[in-house]
Amino acid sequence: MTISEIRARFPILSSRVYGKSLVYIDNAATAQRLDTVIDRQLALQKKANANIHRAVHFLAQEATEEYESCREAVREYLNAASKDEIIFTSGTTASINLVAFSFCEAFVNQGDEIIVSEAEHHSDIVPWQMACQRKGASLRVLPVDVDGHLRVDLLDSMLSERTRLVAVCHISNVLGLVNPIGEIVRIAHAKGVPVLVDGAQGIVHQRVDVQALDCDFYAISGHKVYAATGTGALYGKRKYLEVMPPYMGGGEMISHVSFENTTYAPLPGKFEAGTQNINAAPTLKDAIDFLKQLDDKELQSEIDAVKDYVYDSLTADGRVKLYGVPRGTISKIPLFSFTVEGAHHEDLALILDKMGIALRSGQMCAEPLMDRYGVTGMLRASFAPYNTMEEAEYFIKSLDKAIKMLV
Amino acid sequence: MTLQEKKEEIIESFSLYDEWLDKYEYLIELGKSLEPFPEESKTEDRLIKGCQSRVWLDSRVEDGKIYFQADSDAIITKGIISLLISVYSGRTAQEIASDDFAFIEEIGLKENLSPTRANGLVSMISTIRETARKNL
Repeated sequence: MTISEIRARFPILSSRVYGKSLVYIDNAATAQRLDTVIDRQLALQKKANANIHRAVHFLAQEATEEYESCREAVREYLNAASKDEIIFTSGTTASINLVAFSFCEAFVNQGDEIIVSEAEHHSDIVPWQMACQRKGASLRVLPVDVDGHLRVDLLDSMLSERTRLVAVCHISNVLGLVNPIGEIVRIAHAKGVPVLVDGAQGIVHQRVDVQALDCDFYAISGHKVYAATGTGALYGKRKYLEVMPPYMGGGEMISHVSFENTTYAPLPGKFEAGTQNINAAPTLKDAIDFLKQLDDKELQSEIDAVKDYVYDSLTADGRVKLYGVPRGTISKIPLFSFTVEGAHHEDLALILDKMGIALRSGQMCAEPLMDRYGVTGMLRASFAPYNTMEEAEYFIKSLDKAIKMLV
Repeated sequence: MTLQEKKEEIIESFSLYDEWLDKYEYLIELGKSLEPFPEESKTEDRLIKGCQSRVWLDSRVEDGKIYFQADSDAIITKGIISLLISVYSGRTAQEIASDDFAFIEEIGLKENLSPTRANGLVSMISTIRETARKNL
């Protein structure tokens, strides 16, 4: 398979903006939609729209089958032990909020501690802060070093008798480094502390095996892996999910309701209150099929060539400061956050936009990390498997032109 | 020059540029020539924070006219600030409050003012308006 074959499957990529070919390298914010994803979502609306699990009629069965077979596809892709451990959510943010509420209700008390890393997205900071405020617990922060590597060496000493959970990203949306989750889990588990992994970026560029990682929760979004927006999942170990109280009450999450007493449905229903995203969630199946197809030697070497070219070009440019530098066994995905001395990220992004390049500028929902590096924002170019070498070269050339306009 | 004349002058000078990048080049020049904002005035209460650029804005009233001074850490935003100041600074509250601020749109910079840009410029315009209304 080749990049140009993949590219043909994303209708939006042939768009023109300001009369120029669109170069979409804001994939870490949201990736583009795959043809089969668009088709399935439309087909479900046209041919199989019915509420799931409830009614006995034909359409309801069709819709339920689509939804539940997708749960199996997610389970298989993440290698979870059971389908009951896969909860559908609207995305990573919802998955983390679910755990931050329900896990903390069950396991966190006054004076307890939760550890997050300095490299977290706001979505993996704020829900824990809210939980800590509710429970009278406190948040502790695992720092990153100057190159953006988590100070895993400090983790053991930070884990105390009061630590209830460690929440950490698999890959930071700013730094793009693949964190050593296996090692973090081993250290935390040695003290009996469970680990939640924010997998929003983690699932995008590599195969994830939750049993091999042995993490206790893994949160993902569909829209970052070419599925419909508003889709996502939470993997959680049964031993925790069973004990955690529901996050939201409503239809479908109950087993029996009376005004005196309500009992809840077994997993995963307990955590899926109300009408689910029935026309969209099944598109995760198409996304997973696509992710599996990416496991192709020829294609990977083409993708790696694009990544290496951008990395080498940016690191060779003395005007550019790149954040998240790979070292040793810690590799980097094709996600490049950087600043340019004397040129503001907003100015660069505005100019590049007019050259047809869509990339991200600003704080990237990681204000504490911006503070860590003493910047008010960064520029981020994040590549997907459909981004060609030609686009990469155009980006580097355009960046040079933009910098020259400003500096 | 009246406020209206000043706006027309700006619209005319922007009509010379067909290319976006030329427009930005011009704004960058304007930004660079903006009267310097005193460093000691860059205080929290004058700062309009955004996800993108930061904008500092200060105003004073003298002889019935409102004078604005502003700055930004981003140069294109600073160029637009320079346009806004050249139009609105030194005008009466009445003149400013009755203006529709549409000339920014006419010179094709509307998207730079969209609230989704989350920059300080949008807040800067509302602050200019508010200041004028307060002084009516």
